[in-house]
Amino acid sequence: MAGVRLNKVTKKTGTLCPVFDIDLEVADREFITLLAPSGSGKSTIMRMIAGLEVPDEGEIYIGDEMVNELTPAERDVAMVFQTYALYPHLTVHGNLASPLEAQKTSKDEIGSRVKDVADILGIASLLEKYPTQLSGGEMQRVAIGRAIIRRPRVYLLDEPLTNLDAKLRVHMRAELKRLQKELGQTMIYATHDELEALSMSDRIVVISNGRIVQSDTPKEIFENPKSLFVATFVGTPPMNLFECALSERKGQTLLESSVFKLNITGLAELIRSKASGNDFILGVRPSDLKIHAQKPSEECIEGDIYVLEPMGAVVVVDVKVGNELVKVKVPGSISLEPGTKVWLTFEKEKMHIFDKKTKEAVT
Amino acid sequence: MPVARVEVKGLVKRFGKITAVDKLNLEVEDKRFVCLLGPSGCGKTTTLRMIAGLEVPDEGEIYIGDEMVNDLTPAERDVAMVFQFYALYPTLTVYDNLAFPLKAQKTSKSEVDRSVREVADILGVTKILQFKPDQLTPGESQRVAIGRAIIRRPHVYLLDEPLTNLDAKLRARMRAELKRLQKELGQTAIYVTHDQLEAMTMADKIAVMNQGLLQEYDTPENIYRHPNNLFVAGFIGSPAMNFLEGTLKEADGRLSLDSGEFQLDITEFRDLILKEAKSGEVILGIRPEHLSVSSKPSRKYAFQGEVYVVEPLGDQAILDFKIGNTVVRAIVPPSFKAEVGNRLWLSFSKDDFHIVDKATEKVIV
Repeated sequence: MAGVRLNKVTKKTGTLCPVFDIDLEVADREFITLLAPSGSGKSTIMRMIAGLEVPDEGEIYIGDEMVNELTPAERDVAMVFQTYALYPHLTVHGNLASPLEAQKTSKDEIGSRVKDVADILGIASLLEKYPTQLSGGEMQRVAIGRAIIRRPRVYLLDEPLTNLDAKLRVHMRAELKRLQKELGQTMIYATHDELEALSMSDRIVVISNGRIVQSDTPKEIFENPKSLFVATFVGTPPMNLFECALSERKGQTLLESSVFKLNITGLAELIRSKASGNDFILGVRPSDLKIHAQKPSEECIEGDIYVLEPMGAVVVVDVKVGNELVKVKVPGSISLEPGTKVWLTFEKEKMHIFDKKTKEAVT
Repeated sequence: MPVARVEVKGLVKRFGKITAVDKLNLEVEDKRFVCLLGPSGCGKTTTLRMIAGLEVPDEGEIYIGDEMVNDLTPAERDVAMVFQFYALYPTLTVYDNLAFPLKAQKTSKSEVDRSVREVADILGVTKILQFKPDQLTPGESQRVAIGRAIIRRPHVYLLDEPLTNLDAKLRARMRAELKRLQKELGQTAIYVTHDQLEAMTMADKIAVMNQGLLQEYDTPENIYRHPNNLFVAGFIGSPAMNFLEGTLKEADGRLSLDSGEFQLDITEFRDLILKEAKSGEVILGIRPEHLSVSSKPSRKYAFQGEVYVVEPLGDQAILDFKIGNTVVRAIVPPSFKAEVGNRLWLSFSKDDFHIVDKATEKVIV
């Protein structure tokens, strides 16, 4: 068992997805997720930790040991990929046993470890089957079994659920999270799926264009995104955005756009201290907006219902505000027809304000 | 515009020994948006292709309007099809791609220009009319492909997983746009998808298919609230409906369901269940959003479970409970405090659960 530390790691050569100045500290037993759109460099980071790529600059530590010069085998990490590499000619038992056989573990020991792992992953009844006889979820579990059977110091999982169907992904999400806690080992998980990141991780590291842009708990990432990128990448449907500017009137500070005027006098000083100019983007999550059939106050946004998207437990209401569509998530059902005029409000604690130029949060 | 209802009667299509579509009866009313929904291999795409005229049915009849079209070519049927892979001409600009179907019909130049600009405006692609396909984003390409379909103003649109290749955010946006577009055009659309969320959000009615058979054909709300069998109940909704196996027990005029881990008194449904249940083996189905989690029972029906995993999802959280060998999921607000190992009550009311006969897989309650 061990933590992992990357110190100013840069990889520019020989990769299509370069990464720059990566400082990352993963505590022992921590479940950390590298979250990024595809092509942002998360696999490059994983492959450098595994020893499959060599950094141009910087050091990688596993435990207290600098591992830059070590081969993948010497690093004692296990990696699970999106496409599960199983031996087609071996049974599930044979596939699970092969990493141990390579280590010349005794036969008895192999038998008992295979049984343990198969029990943990719920594949005990499949041990005599061949990969072609397995479903996608079963294959992925065997691939994970092959990784955990060696009891390595660190697990690296690179989009392991991406090839599974939606239902199975939801199921495996919970199983993997539980498994990591039961094994009590360090796990670094890469995904482009924000729901996987939010639901499983102790901490999320968001990467954009090869750089870390925020590293925080899932709650912080969702509630206090530090940039427009994180704000819109995490959350479904994505955060609604409105361009606006600050103005002063009768001693009050207003955040003003073509569709609303908000009194934010209390926040003005804070905003001005962080802002590069006078132009801002206001962000409000679909779940933080309320719909009113009558105008509730002056501080609201007027629009027309454009489309209703019932999803069962919730309805996403698309409201046309000016030329933009604003999405509002409401529980249960709604009896408003497309074309109806409505007003939207939100609590000021729930709004996010970003500097339009730097794209950084200022509240 | 002529009435463009679509009806199929007793439609059968076999591929070798496999019956891809089995005695399908379906009526799509004029101006409606109907989704054919099911997992891969359920027969939905084969059905669509038969309506388009790209496959010939082994049995059955296809009507568009009041006309039986079995013997008509695809072109004679006046339908437009949009595929998962947007087939654009790579050498032509967006403008010419849009104009192409009209030119093939020998429409006048000024009429073509007017139609292209109108369609471009509807789909928000006016600014990219002079671009070539390789300069477009996937979302733009898909909009142009849809534009090519609507420019001819056919009677019926047939769409085969048109959003599948787009990323999640864009898919969510295009869903709303397509739904609105169909209402604005006021034309009949039949849309094939494996994504239950697309079907729920866009369709006037959903036809759920599995293994070539129509499982249920109804409005999204009815399909969600009153699925008529185990397949539909499990296929619609995410996270999926929880299923717990149980045995019916009768004693002293009371009926209960014994899951092995807990007992539920379901006497109020006694007569219905005893009449419909083929055996004593049943499945209890409850949606994650209908379970209320608390330290004491809060509704008429309740059972206890131990928290297995906590999954925060931003604006909500899923609690996974282990009940025997089954994982039961419940949706709670993001602020809900729960930790792995906590024993909590899962409560629900009489309108919020289903009893399914295990043998027939029919929903009884």
